[in-house]
Amino acid sequence: MKIMVAIKRVVDYAVKIRVKPDKSGVETSNVKMSMNPFCEIGLEEALRIKESGLASEVIAVSMGPSQCVDTLRTGLAMGADRAIHVESSAILYPLSVAKLLKALVDVEKPGLLILGKQAIDDDCNQTGQMVAGLLNWPQGTFASKVVLDKQRDVATVEREVDGGLETLCLDLPAVITTDLRLNQPRYATLPNIMKAKSKVIKKFTPQELNVDIKSDLEVVQVTEPPKRKAGVIVSSVDDLIDKLKNEAHVI
Amino acid sequence: MAAQVLRRKTLANLSAHSSSLFSKSSFSLQRFISTLVLGEHEGGSIKAQSLSAVVAAKSLGEDNSISMLLAGSGPSVHEAASVIVADSDTFMYPLAEPCAKLVHLIQQKGGYSHIMATSSSFGKNILPRAAALLDVSPITDVIEISGPQLFVRPIYAGNAFCTVRYTGAGPCMLTIRSTSFPVPLTSANSKSDVAPISQVDLSTFGEDKVCKSKYVNHTSQDSERPDLSNARIVVTGGRALKSAENFKMIEKLAEKLGAAVGATRAAVDAGFVPNELQVGQTGKIVAPELYMAFGVSGAIQHLAGMRDSKVIVAVNKDADAPIFQVADYGLVGDLFEVIPQLLEKLPEKK
Repeated sequence: MKIMVAIKRVVDYAVKIRVKPDKSGVETSNVKMSMNPFCEIGLEEALRIKESGLASEVIAVSMGPSQCVDTLRTGLAMGADRAIHVESSAILYPLSVAKLLKALVDVEKPGLLILGKQAIDDDCNQTGQMVAGLLNWPQGTFASKVVLDKQRDVATVEREVDGGLETLCLDLPAVITTDLRLNQPRYATLPNIMKAKSKVIKKFTPQELNVDIKSDLEVVQVTEPPKRKAGVIVSSVDDLIDKLKNEAHVI
Repeated sequence: MAAQVLRRKTLANLSAHSSSLFSKSSFSLQRFISTLVLGEHEGGSIKAQSLSAVVAAKSLGEDNSISMLLAGSGPSVHEAASVIVADSDTFMYPLAEPCAKLVHLIQQKGGYSHIMATSSSFGKNILPRAAALLDVSPITDVIEISGPQLFVRPIYAGNAFCTVRYTGAGPCMLTIRSTSFPVPLTSANSKSDVAPISQVDLSTFGEDKVCKSKYVNHTSQDSERPDLSNARIVVTGGRALKSAENFKMIEKLAEKLGAAVGATRAAVDAGFVPNELQVGQTGKIVAPELYMAFGVSGAIQHLAGMRDSKVIVAVNKDADAPIFQVADYGLVGDLFEVIPQLLEKLPEKK
């Protein structure tokens, strides 16, 4: 069984982002970029499934401008067997990404498609659900545990939901999106980084995949959130209780 | 008793603007808005969070015909029923695959201009899948509705707001953040027209065409404490609590204040508390009157989940902790000394 993992290049989680003065977006030039943390977790899960003997190949996939190749090389260094880059300089909203992923799934025919639950730049949390809908595959979103049963051809997925943990059993092929506690991703070791240089990255364009990426969304502006009023440091517990009671009136 | 009050509240909210599934759309010179709200229910009552979606739907415009869809099985869904009921064993558990397919079916019959759900794990799981079936880009986690097709949503863990316009021909599909659309308290005695109830014809649903996913089980913590998502006061602990045993201090303080308990990712990862207490960018978003954070450093990802709280209190040994930059009241001190003092000196909850 092949596993396909979608990975996204995003602004690093530790960066303090700045909104551009012209409100057209967030400043991303000269800013540290990394693999989306949820995508790292997805790739790690795929690698573990392969290492347990339940999958033959892990394919990392990314869509976007030429710099995506850097993120794919990191994925290959972690242990993915090969990679696919769908090159596009246009903005790709989640629905377009879902359509492109479906086209790649139709080509590669994996038994499992793994995505991060959300990208930490747009925080959309949509793509996995959408590609599952387009493929008419079952979905296990916000997964905190995945157990594959090759004999019964199912995946048992434990999910983090508002009320706690929910367990579903999905027929394969299926789409899984990863939550934070699914695993701890490995670091790429130097020997693996070197090996990754000779692994294959295949390129496609949206046109070659017959996918129309024209979007039905338009970003009008990006602004800063309202700033909170500066607070005060109180000197003691008594002072705190007094302020909460008599100044803030919350207790 | 609570269920009846909730049902009455729901019907009061929907009454002025509800319509049955099969009413004809009337096209006038004014843009006609009709909204389908995906409602979440449990044990015979509509979940409070779903009512936020109704509040948001009302803000789309004056002439908005709002219908709530409830999918479920047997008596429990009929008790909660307000407008559109899909009653079948297929919907015994809110699985994304049949629910998204149901929305697709209903949209094809009903031609709604808007389809909405709350941005809960239910809404987040189902609505995007339904959107893909309808070839529509959804807009998720909306915090402000600026126009029938114009929405504001947070990006980069809430450090920027993005205003997005939907330009497609299909229905406008969104999930809304319930803390941004609070449900006004309605008096239990308010007289309301009962919204008509209609049942979905599921004869063409086609069980075989729905792909297979099965509900196995779920865990949950029954607690007498208020629900984290809409509690008036939240008391949160971080990794500095050091153990699940110590975390009980947070619980005691929450009990004293009649508050809900929250936790940082670090505290959940360390096993002090279960995952449903996590507040943050990828956990729960809360906006209580009072948020008290003990031993919480204030990482960007945690702030994303609580920065809209009215009053923020932070207690931390480290004077340079980022949390003090958002706190209205900060106390630099050892939580193991501060919490016992608070327990002693705080007035009993009203």
